[in-house]
Amino acid sequence: MIDIQITKVGIVSCSGEGIPEGTLCRLACRKVLDELRPGETVTICLPLFIAGGEEERTFASRYPTITVDGCEKLCAAKATEMLSGKLSKSILIPEVLKKCSIEPPAKLRNFGPEEAPAVQAVAKEIAKAVDEVLEEG
Amino acid sequence: MDKKLKKVMVLPCSGIGKTYGALARETAYELVERVRPGVATLTCLPLLVINDPEARQLVVENPVITIDGCPRDCARKSLEALGEKAAEACQAIKFFTAHKDLKPEGLAQLNAAGQKLAKVAAEELAEIVDRLATEGDK
Repeated sequence: MIDIQITKVGIVSCSGEGIPEGTLCRLACRKVLDELRPGETVTICLPLFIAGGEEERTFASRYPTITVDGCEKLCAAKATEMLSGKLSKSILIPEVLKKCSIEPPAKLRNFGPEEAPAVQAVAKEIAKAVDEVLEEG
Repeated sequence: MDKKLKKVMVLPCSGIGKTYGALARETAYELVERVRPGVATLTCLPLLVINDPEARQLVVENPVITIDGCPRDCARKSLEALGEKAAEACQAIKFFTAHKDLKPEGLAQLNAAGQKLAKVAAEELAEIVDRLATEGDK
């Protein structure tokens, strides 16, 4: 049997423009991609599942994929499952904030020190999920 | 009698991997929060991707400006996938082409030049928002 080692995990962020948690989602995902797990993670813009071609739509079958959503509408999870493939893990920001006793952000942009703990907590949760997916192989 | 202003939906591309995606997003926030608050309105593009009924209703009932960060045109195409057409479809890079002194950089956060470019872009789009808000039909 061939043992295929998984070296990269896909992250799909909802990045919803209309809610503060969408901005939080985008920033936390970028933190993981750029700082916490660079080289182990890749991403795709969610709407590319609709606007892109075959290569974009096979994203979740090429990479074990973690979705990160800013609200209970679960756009990233639903769009990925509907248009690309099965999820490895799904993270919901309100649940992470509740678990960490952090207030949700109140503004859509210009995040600063006040929002930093929320970004850090969500990024940490995503990084943990990446490690688990890589360990599970 | 004054005509009632319509809402104008602003739909940036949700790009997470490109500077011009960040510029599209920031331009939309400038329009909605500073330049034309109360008229320019946001919804989440991913809601349209999953065909959310409330988000769909907003783009069916109101004129839409799409702002895309790359040539893949996700915002415009996501709208078209629902059978709707953008009243105005913009590409964020065009704002830089018109203002070469403001080079945007950064993915998570735009640099100062990028933030200034978003302000300029939103002011330029304001004229289109005003026209769409006062036109009778969608």
